[in-house]
Amino acid sequence: MKVWHFSEIAYHPAWPQLGHSYRVTIPSRLYDPKVGADLYHRYLDEWALCDELGINIMTNEHHATATCADSVCTIPMAILARETKKVRLLALGMPIGNRNDPIRVAEEYSMLDVISRGRIEMGFVKGVPFEISPANTNPADLVGRFWEAHDLILKAMTSHDGPFNWEGTHFHYRQVNVWPRPWQQPHPPVWMPVGSTGSAMEAAERGMTIGVLNTGWVRTPPIFEAYRKKAAEVGRPMTPQRLAYMALIGVGNTREEGWRRADQILGYSRTSGIVAPQFMNPPGYASPAQSAQALKTSGAGFRAGRIQSRDGRNIDPRTMTVEDAIDAGLVFAGTPDDVFGQLRAFYDHVGGFGHLLMMGQGGLLDHDETVANLSLFSKEVLPRIVDLAGG
Amino acid sequence: MSTWTRKEGTEMERIQINELSLDLLTAGDGPPLLFLHGGDYFAQHQEFFDRLARHWRVVVPRHPGFGNSERPEGFRTVHDLAYLYLDLLERQDFGKVTLAGSSFGGWIALEMCVRCLERIDRLVLIDSLGIKFGGREERDIADIYALPSEELLRRSFFDPTRMAPDYARLSDDELTSIARDRQATALYGWRPYMHNPGLRQWLHRVRVPALVVWGENDGIATPDYGQKLCRSLPNARFETIRQAGHYPQIERPDGVADAIGRFARAEVL
Repeated sequence: MKVWHFSEIAYHPAWPQLGHSYRVTIPSRLYDPKVGADLYHRYLDEWALCDELGINIMTNEHHATATCADSVCTIPMAILARETKKVRLLALGMPIGNRNDPIRVAEEYSMLDVISRGRIEMGFVKGVPFEISPANTNPADLVGRFWEAHDLILKAMTSHDGPFNWEGTHFHYRQVNVWPRPWQQPHPPVWMPVGSTGSAMEAAERGMTIGVLNTGWVRTPPIFEAYRKKAAEVGRPMTPQRLAYMALIGVGNTREEGWRRADQILGYSRTSGIVAPQFMNPPGYASPAQSAQALKTSGAGFRAGRIQSRDGRNIDPRTMTVEDAIDAGLVFAGTPDDVFGQLRAFYDHVGGFGHLLMMGQGGLLDHDETVANLSLFSKEVLPRIVDLAGG
Repeated sequence: MSTWTRKEGTEMERIQINELSLDLLTAGDGPPLLFLHGGDYFAQHQEFFDRLARHWRVVVPRHPGFGNSERPEGFRTVHDLAYLYLDLLERQDFGKVTLAGSSFGGWIALEMCVRCLERIDRLVLIDSLGIKFGGREERDIADIYALPSEELLRRSFFDPTRMAPDYARLSDDELTSIARDRQATALYGWRPYMHNPGLRQWLHRVRVPALVVWGENDGIATPDYGQKLCRSLPNARFETIRQAGHYPQIERPDGVADAIGRFARAEVL
């Protein structure tokens, strides 16, 4: 199993001033660039440390928010591509349905792949609904735009005989000719985060690796199963390396220390869903049937039920405790033995997976605690799971 | 039909036009009036249609992608809707019509009028969208997708407590129809937002008599926007409807229907 350290690198100093929405409408005067610079360097140091710890690196991006200060997922990767030497670099990823220029995305990933000498893994994301407003992209045809951009980027990265023509529904170029071409052939591995069985099947058809985030004990098995089934149906080779699971991980020398770290990392889960309701379900983002149900509950219930305990209770992420989150399968926490035990049980429950996306920093967990968390994980847990799923 | 309670004298039929299947509501008898609805609250138009049907043969298409109407993959802009309804006027035996459009439907009506007036006698715009008057940092039309739901209702209706639909009481079919209306409105109107940047320069082509009707309390596009629209048309007059927001035909069906009647009877503007 491969392990990846992921953090949304929050700008948490603004949190106490944000009120009912942590996204979209919050004024940037609440961001102090001097504090922000220190935070960026600190988070980059933590990622760079992963090169020594044998933990791969994952970034993502969000916009107009204090829950994630990474607004361009390839910028930290550009720094880390040179600063690190060994580990792999996963950007999960680029919201290609919300970016106006897919060719620019192909160029960014290709450059990163060459600079890192072939260590880039490319994520393409549809994006959460509240990413629509910052990009002002049309929510009613997001999916069509996403797949057209996906096809264009892959063609651009794998065409090496001069310009080609692309006059599609959403994107128009007459001289597509991306330099440099990527290091990895035919192109770096392609990932997509998914949250539903439908998306899992779309990814399976194309042989993409899926990352499931915040799906937990209840929602993960059907998603993985849908992927395996579709892959078999279309004759794609199925290995656990096609499946990735994200968990928040707090490990300590004592159970109490591990739980305390997990509790601070949970600051991510407790804040990331706080969004003014009008941005939660832009028209056309969800199907008419789903939106009809949202109307019934005045939109309030639209994202409810996303986090569930093992016995099917809805858990409110804003008030979730470590105990709730361990039960829900979102958090693995405690001593190295605890973490290994919880991880192993989850692994067996979902039928195995090849990548652990480890949120090793989140919320208010400070630098020293993050370093201790990652180091202890690397020393005591990683050796025990590295051979899972065939390595 | 999901959102329309069929009443005696009102027909919702399914027609084929250009190989696309469209729901078309017709009611009443008299000179033909083609009404192009806006992005939301279609189910609340019954009183208005009943009122119009006393004097008009009212024809109301559900736009492609709205309600139960199909949207062919190639239908992505308001231009497609404009050409579709110009085809509809040619192929159905209406003769010359009074063309009326509310909100988003007013935008479609304007796009039709700058193209071809052959089958259009006169134009009625009710709190119509479609034109950009202000500078790039001015917002002519409220961003309905960024407003909290209470404020959106306040800006849409003079009396939101009376007009706000009780979604919890609607059937799944009715709610799905509303969701399709909103999805299609976003598809056609998201960017540029509810207008065509090139349309204003062609408004001189709208040479038919036009009535611009505006809800006095419209907070989506204010009466000031309506006045500017009226002044941009070669042969238009302006009328406000008291105690009404963005959908005066829903809040004051008699007031709007009477205004249309007076306008149609007036020989000289």
